[in-house]
Order: sequence, then C-alpha cells, then structure tokens
Amino acid sequence: MQRPNDNLAPLHLHVPEPKFRPGDKADFSDVVVPPVDAIARPDEAVKPADIHPLAYGLVRVLGDDNQATGSWNPGLDADKLRLMLRKMLTLRAFDDRMFRAQRQGKTSFYMKSYGEEATSVATTMALQRDDMCFPSYRQQGILITRDYPLIEMMNQIYSNRGDKLKGRQLPIMYSAKDYGFFSVSGNLTTQYPQAVGWAMASASRGDTRIAAVWCGDGSTAEGDFHSALTFAAVYNAPVIFQVVNNQWAISSFSGFAGSERTTFAARAIGYGIAGLRVDGNDVLAVYAAMEWAANRARTNNGPTLIEYFTYRGEGHSTSDDPNAYRPAEEYAEWPLGDPVDRLKAHLIALGEWDEERHLALAAELSDEVKAIQKDAEKNGILGHGLHHSFETMFEDVFEEMPWHLKEQCEQVLEEQRDKFGSEWKAQ
Amino acid sequence: MSDTSKKTMNMIEAINSAMDVMLERDPGVVVLGEDVGYFGGVFRATAGLQKKHGKTRVFDTPITECGIIGVGVGMAAYGLRPVPEIQFADYIYPGLDQLVSEAARMRYRSAGDFICPMTVRSPFGGGIFGGQTHSQSPESLFTHICGIKTVIPATPYDAKGLLIAAIEDNDPVVFFEPKRIYNGPFTGYYDRPVEPWSKHEGSAVPEGHYRIELGKASVVREGQTVTVLTYGTMVHVVKAVVAEHGIDAEIIDLRTLLPLDIETIEASVKKTGRCMVVHEATRTSGFGAELAAQVQERCFYHLEAPIERVTGFDTPYPHSLEWAYFPGPVRLARAFDKIMKD
Repeated sequence: MQRPNDNLAPLHLHVPEPKFRPGDKADFSDVVVPPVDAIARPDEAVKPADIHPLAYGLVRVLGDDNQATGSWNPGLDADKLRLMLRKMLTLRAFDDRMFRAQRQGKTSFYMKSYGEEATSVATTMALQRDDMCFPSYRQQGILITRDYPLIEMMNQIYSNRGDKLKGRQLPIMYSAKDYGFFSVSGNLTTQYPQAVGWAMASASRGDTRIAAVWCGDGSTAEGDFHSALTFAAVYNAPVIFQVVNNQWAISSFSGFAGSERTTFAARAIGYGIAGLRVDGNDVLAVYAAMEWAANRARTNNGPTLIEYFTYRGEGHSTSDDPNAYRPAEEYAEWPLGDPVDRLKAHLIALGEWDEERHLALAAELSDEVKAIQKDAEKNGILGHGLHHSFETMFEDVFEEMPWHLKEQCEQVLEEQRDKFGSEWKAQ
Repeated sequence: MSDTSKKTMNMIEAINSAMDVMLERDPGVVVLGEDVGYFGGVFRATAGLQKKHGKTRVFDTPITECGIIGVGVGMAAYGLRPVPEIQFADYIYPGLDQLVSEAARMRYRSAGDFICPMTVRSPFGGGIFGGQTHSQSPESLFTHICGIKTVIPATPYDAKGLLIAAIEDNDPVVFFEPKRIYNGPFTGYYDRPVEPWSKHEGSAVPEGHYRIELGKASVVREGQTVTVLTYGTMVHVVKAVVAEHGIDAEIIDLRTLLPLDIETIEASVKKTGRCMVVHEATRTSGFGAELAAQVQERCFYHLEAPIERVTGFDTPYPHSLEWAYFPGPVRLARAFDKIMKD
C-alpha cells in the first residue's frame, strides 16, 4: 500500500553518545571557558528575565594566574580561605579512608566526592548555620563544614551500635537535623519538592531561614525536579536549587539529561527564576554564587537555580568501575582543574600558604581521620555482631508500635532463640 | 463554639468542620491542593476555609501531585502539619514515590530525627459515573506500605472524629473519603432516590473538637450468624441488604484499615463462625485478601464456611457498566446465600 510520505527520507532516532570512550584520547578543547568576570555580578534584586546570559555563561573568580578578581570575587580573608582548604582536605582524607574501609570489607558501600568538594564545602560556608540543607548523596562536605563529628559519620557508614540511624540506612545516607542536614533518601531528587515545602513553611511563618537543595545533572530529569521548580516559582519560595553537573550519572553522560542542547542552569529560564552557571571547581565562584542566591532568597527576591560545572573524579560509588565506560585520563585533561589544587595555588599566590604547610596539613588530617576511624571501629563494623538490638528493626515504623509489628518482633526474637539456643537473650 | 453542641452535617460538612477546627486550634495546620483555596474544592470540602484562615494556611497548588505531597513532606519536616488534598484518589499515583519512599519512611530512616505528620485526604470509590479515572479504590496499595496509616470513614460523625485524629497523629495518614456517600448514605439501589444524611444517626456531629481513635473498628450492627468486614460506602450497602433479606449479620465498619482492629474482628468471627469481606476495590490482592488471611490464621477452627469475598471485578472501573461492576445488592445477596448454605 502506498503511504502518503513514501518520498521522504526515513525518520531516525537520536541516541546520545559521549565524545570519548575507553581507549579514546579525551579532548576538551571544545569546552568554552570564558574569562573571569565575562558577565558582571548583577544586583541581588535583579529580575530573572534580565540575567538570561548568566545561565549560559560560567561564573569564574580564580583566573589562570591563580588570582581572585572581578565583580564576583567574594573578598574572603586568608583565614577563611585556609578554613575552606582545611574542610576540603578533611573531606578528601575522610573519603579515602572510608573508600578503603569498604574495600577491606568493613562496610557495604561508599561514595567519594573527589573533584566536586567545592560544591558542598564552599556552598555551606556561604550559607548561615541554621539554614536547612537538603542534600543528595554526595554532599558529605556539608556535614564536615558544619563540624558534625566524623565519628558519627563513620558509625553510620559501619551501621554499628553507635550509629544514630540504628543501622537502618545504606552507608552515607546520613540525617542530622541539629546540623541543618536533611535525611538523605537514595531515591533521586525527592528532596527537591521537600526543600521547597520547607522554604514555603519558613516563609509562611515569617522565619528568616532559607533552604538549599542539591541534585546531580542526571536526576534533573526526574519529575520531582520540575514539580519543585514550578512550586518555587509560583510561591516565590526562599530556596536555592543546585545542580552538581559532574557530567556522569553512573555510566550515562549528561547528554541523557539533555546537556547536548542546553545548560542545566537554563532550566531556570522556563520557570522564570534566576539561573547561574558556575565553574564548580572554583571555590570562590561557588561561594560567590551561593552568597548571591542566599542574599536574594533571604530578601524575598525568590529562588535561584545554580549549575556547578564540575567533573566526577572517580567512580559513582564503590560498586562502579568508570574505566568500563570513559577514558581513564579524563579527569587530568578536564580544563577546570581540581578544586583543592586551585585553592591551594591561590593561597600560595597570595603568599598565605606553601607546599610544606600543605603537606603537613594533609598529613595531620589523614592521621586525625585514622584515629577517629579506630574509635569508630570499637563500636563495630558491618556484619560483625555489634549492631543495634533486633527490636529496633520494628521501632520508628510508627510513633507507637501497632500489634502486628509487636507480633513480628516477637517472631524475630524466637528465630534468634532457634538459631542460637534457648539461652540467647535479646541485647 | 461548644464541644458538645451537635449539628446535622453531611460528610462534606463534617470533613470541612474537622479542618476548620484544626486550623483554629493548631497554627501548624496547613491545607493545600488543587482548587482548595478561594473556590473551596471541587467537592466543597474546603469551602470557606481560606476566607476564614487566610491564604497562607489554605491555598491552591499547581497540578503536580508529586509536588503537592513532596512539599507536604518538607513542610512537615519544618514542623507544620500539612493536610494536602489529592482531588481524586485516581490522581495520587504521581505522588506515590513521595508517599512510599519519603513520607512513610521518614521516621524510620532518620531514626526519629525527622517525622512526617501529614494527612493526605482524597475522595475515592465509584458510583458517580466517574469512569476509570474518577472511581478507583486504591486503598490496598497503601496498606501494603509500612509507615502509613490508612483511614476510611463511613459516616459524617466518624469522618470528622477520624480526620481530627489523623491530623493530630504524628505519622502520615492516607484518608480516603467515599465520595458516593458525601451527600447521603447509599443502599446500593442506584435507581432509588438518595436518602439525605439528616435521616441517619451518623449525621449528628459535634461542632467542636473530638477524636475517634485510629485503629478502632465500629460494630454497626450486632448479629449472630455471619460477620461482615467492610468499610466506606459498602457499610451502607451491606446494611441495606441485610435489612432487606432479614439476615442476622454482624457488620463491622473497619474505619482504619491499618493499623487493623484485629481484636474486634477476631471476637466477632469466633462468635458467628462465618466471615464475609466486602469492598468496592478490585478483587485480586485487594484488602479483602489480607482480611481473609488474618481471619483464617486466627479463627480457622471456628469457621463453619469458607470466607466469602464480595468485591469489584478485576477490570478498570467501567463508565456505562458501572452498576454491573459495583458490588451491589445482587452480588451481596448471592454471597449471603452461599455462605449461609455452607
């Protein structure tokens, strides 16, 4: 049968493909890195429609000469810069030890934040201590920046008897309300509408606290992301949306979230909210963007979406081998460098730091983390008996335990008696 | 406003009154949802509440159930008591992840660091010619989720007391409202005039604050020969059929599906020796399956006949054949015949 469009070329389906695969030479020469201050910092009360170019540009403060210049320069003193460096090095030391602990069989899972430390440390430093953070799973830097005890993080990672979450959550899915750190879900971007709800509640109560929320490039595709941006725009919620664009969602490059066509910051434009695209490995640019957005939110000028352009330096998690899908040397070739190295070079350029002090600090922090790890392991490691009692499995499903959970709790205790003999007693 | 003075209310008025009382008593209570603000809701459940309590307490939302429930979870984390409305239970699915993975597990996953005192209200059930997207009964999806309470009232009095208890509860509650009986109890005879609530004793509703404890069933008719476990619209249909056929049935309105009032169920079935489970929802993996399992685990040696299930069919809710789908008087009468012969 003749069809009406038989004379047309056939349709074809576009399936995105990253530029480089293992064995290819990574070449980032097409990544546009505009000069520092290519677009000047606008007033915080600016209308979103007047700053569309910022959603396509790249806010930078640290130049190739390692100096901080331009209108976005937050003008932080050397002590604050050294504190930022210390926090990022602590995070790096912590990540190294916990990654190794997983490899040693002491826990089931770990996720490092190598290469994107600035997006959790510098952002948190730009917030106020009582602002509420809704993290995704790679923002342990928030807790470290807010001086959450490292031993509590390790107890959680080991799911041991010291774990405040009673061994219920996959490692790294912390919760620390007193530190303004929301419970990490594991289901992606669910925290986005929740952060908006928290911010709406704060606004409706005449509070002064704001909410900040993080997600990755890949998970911007979730419906929650778009529900959240719609809600925030409708109610002018005091919330800061952040997309850590580390370019990889496990093995899927950011093209599967739409990056072949536009930037993630530009998602803001359709919602009529402010959008900033930022060099995510430039700690001062990250700090400045967050400070700008926080001032804006706190003065009822509404939400901001910030994209941090960065790179996931290592695998997605301990369960992932990135060499199976991308060239090993990509991170080294990556033109925006390493956030720790760039801050260090800046401090040295200022005459406020040197290689010796840097090495000494890294060694000091590594020793400190190791010592804390020893203490944490006294509370047990995963699978070695020192867990919370069996009853805790049934607690907190509801505020009060209903009869059917009481019955099931009794069952699990009987099973332990069958397993270990009638002498066995619940801890 | 006196706590004891009673007024005749239909179910919509009782639900409205529950929210009104709670908005008045607790500054943390917030009502949100599609069309709930100025307009007062498509079923009028929130009529007048925005005018009385203000736009930041009662407000319209964008059409995104994921957003409505997700925002509710965040408001609860802040310390409020959100009461989102999902306009029809059939629309709840885009918000399911926020309910299942977030609201239901917040207390557990954070070991009490964060809680979610949120009550999601939603009209459910058929009998109004709503077709397959305005008639569903998805309650068993929620009873299957650990960490959520599922509540279904059958009278105005119960609706208000249960809704107040749900809003005051520190855990998330899904509160399904049988929309067929918003304006009057339903006998199952769709071709007969609707009887108004004013003729039913359940329409005498205190104007002030009162609670009906969650997890407690109500024996709406005492009887000796068969126990009928049901809830929502079907409570009234079963009552009418039992009266019509002169069956000495004990009818239990569960009111809360989870936590289930197993003591009341067990005592009744052990007394009557027969058990029938009735719901409008589809049959397979419906809540009736759970009830039948619980009853046979606890009352097997007291049973004189197999447990009978009377339900909707395993099809989408049909528009024109609605009354052939609905588990009405004919299907119930056949089931009573069968269970009493065995």
